[in-house]
Amino acid sequence: MPILRVVLSRFLTTLITLIGVAIIVFVVVRVVPGNPIAMMLPPGASTADIERLSALYGLDKSIFEQFTIWFGNVLQGDFGTSISTRQPVLDLVLGRLPATLELSLMALIIAVILGMGAAIIGTRYRGRRTETGVDLANGIGLSVPDFLWGLLLIILLGVVWPLFPISGRVSPRLDLPFSTQFYLIESIFRLRFDLTGNLLRHMFMPALALALPLAAIIAQLLKQSLKETVNLDYAVLARTKGYSETRVILSEALPNALLPTLTLIGVQFTFLIGGTVIIERLFSYEGLGNMAVDAVINRDLPLIQGIVILFALIFTAINLLVDMTYAFLNPRLRHA
Amino acid sequence: MSGGYLTIRNLSAVLRDTGERVLRSVDIDLQPGTIRGLVGESGAGKSMIGKAVLGVLPKALKVVEGEILIDGQDLLKLKDADRRRLIGASTALIPQDPLTALNPSHRIGPQITNRLVDILGWTRRAAEVRALEVLEEVQIADAARVMRQYPHELSGGMRQRILIASAFAAEPKLIIADEPTTALDVTVQKQILKLISNLQARHGTALLFVTHDLGVVAKICDSLSVLYGGKVVEDTDVASFFNGPHHAYGRALLAATPRHTDPDASLLPVPDDVIAAVRAELGEADRQWVRHD
Repeated sequence: MPILRVVLSRFLTTLITLIGVAIIVFVVVRVVPGNPIAMMLPPGASTADIERLSALYGLDKSIFEQFTIWFGNVLQGDFGTSISTRQPVLDLVLGRLPATLELSLMALIIAVILGMGAAIIGTRYRGRRTETGVDLANGIGLSVPDFLWGLLLIILLGVVWPLFPISGRVSPRLDLPFSTQFYLIESIFRLRFDLTGNLLRHMFMPALALALPLAAIIAQLLKQSLKETVNLDYAVLARTKGYSETRVILSEALPNALLPTLTLIGVQFTFLIGGTVIIERLFSYEGLGNMAVDAVINRDLPLIQGIVILFALIFTAINLLVDMTYAFLNPRLRHA
Repeated sequence: MSGGYLTIRNLSAVLRDTGERVLRSVDIDLQPGTIRGLVGESGAGKSMIGKAVLGVLPKALKVVEGEILIDGQDLLKLKDADRRRLIGASTALIPQDPLTALNPSHRIGPQITNRLVDILGWTRRAAEVRALEVLEEVQIADAARVMRQYPHELSGGMRQRILIASAFAAEPKLIIADEPTTALDVTVQKQILKLISNLQARHGTALLFVTHDLGVVAKICDSLSVLYGGKVVEDTDVASFFNGPHHAYGRALLAATPRHTDPDASLLPVPDDVIAAVRAELGEADRQWVRHD
């Protein structure tokens, strides 16, 4: 059964990746300067106090010993307790994950729409001024990083023309009737479109900041790929059937040109999620990335480890999803 | 000489960058229901004429003068949308390479029916019935199954049959076949050639057959135009051409054609002095030519 073998080999790769990530993050957070005990005790605490607290958290044991205890627990679904908030890491992380997922997916949607739109327009008007304009916009999108877009957007749409709120996930005054952390999705299901609007307005700037660099990458690769495809024989044949240039691009060239772009979107989307760490901080958006920064500042070792493991899991899942979509879109792979 | 279904008058095209002439005042007349061969060596511009008619000239080329009349309407004077509608309804292309002319992302069925539905406004059902009909006409067994398959599942010969079926599906008055057998192996070539000429006869289509193979011309064409350097150097009916071409280049070309009646004879190239003479003729024509764009 080939499908079973694929699933099994995928599962094993994922496991090996996770073990690797776990080892790296575990060692790194213990090697870098600063330690959580020093953060918890007032300055001038005695050595005896420090040692007692270290022993309480198991930090006096060797790194190897600490790792086996922690990883053994992780495999049983216990990610430990946050040092700074004393709450279970798993609860903290899963509580914040939906906010980051909603933000990243919104950013991805914006990036795909903007990127595909720019690529299609640039191809339709290739060799003319419009294409130069698209190329110029791409160049800017590629050379300005997401956090700088964030700052620019805050200045322009938050300060100069205050069209959008510059911080938070939702207005603090609002009464939230939600039972999950997927606010945006739940607000739609509950038909509370006033809340949906409020959430979207908060999400707009951080999502756009995350989306712009990715949109530029998508636009650049897809346009290049489209421009090659529109000159292939089947596209020419479609033109002789009476199809307009736009139809040729959309129905003949696009399905074929999308394939190479799709792989890229998968890889770049993981970078985008990495970008949420800074962007969420910038916009005080209460997601996983913002929590990661807090965890690092507080040297909250179990929390850092939990967040990193979760990020690694998300990245693996995205790659799997891309491969599956690729197989679905390409008929030549579908039956293989 | 008028009243042809396709009439090309004084058509010249140049390279956009250098202004060099690629088509030199071409005149071609194709009568309804007949086959005209368009012969010449590589780079003679024979494919370019087909592309100019269909409106798919490469961007590097530009038509600077002349008329392309289909059913009396000048394609070069029509608005883009009108031109596309006229071409889509009246004309079809049988492309050279069946391996690249079908879209790998779409199933066979829609690639035959799309013109009928999107351009000619048929219902999907009627178009599918028609597609089945033409697939059976090109002797594809199990046509209903083939329509659900993707191009990569089919052989080159099958794909060329499908492209031929697709060309005839809308009952066009004019078909341009651009070296439709060149990419196929020899045994399949013969079947495909026979198929095209049978279908042409049955449907009464006017066929412009672009080829470098005089043997093919002798077999299926009624008339032919010999091109050199984008100029028609000989325009005649097939019988008189093979009985004695008027132009020195035509004679040399005919002499250079290998014959299977005498397989040991060495291949004759077109002699240098003939090439020189025909080049001089082109040079003279270009000196007298005044651009009208």
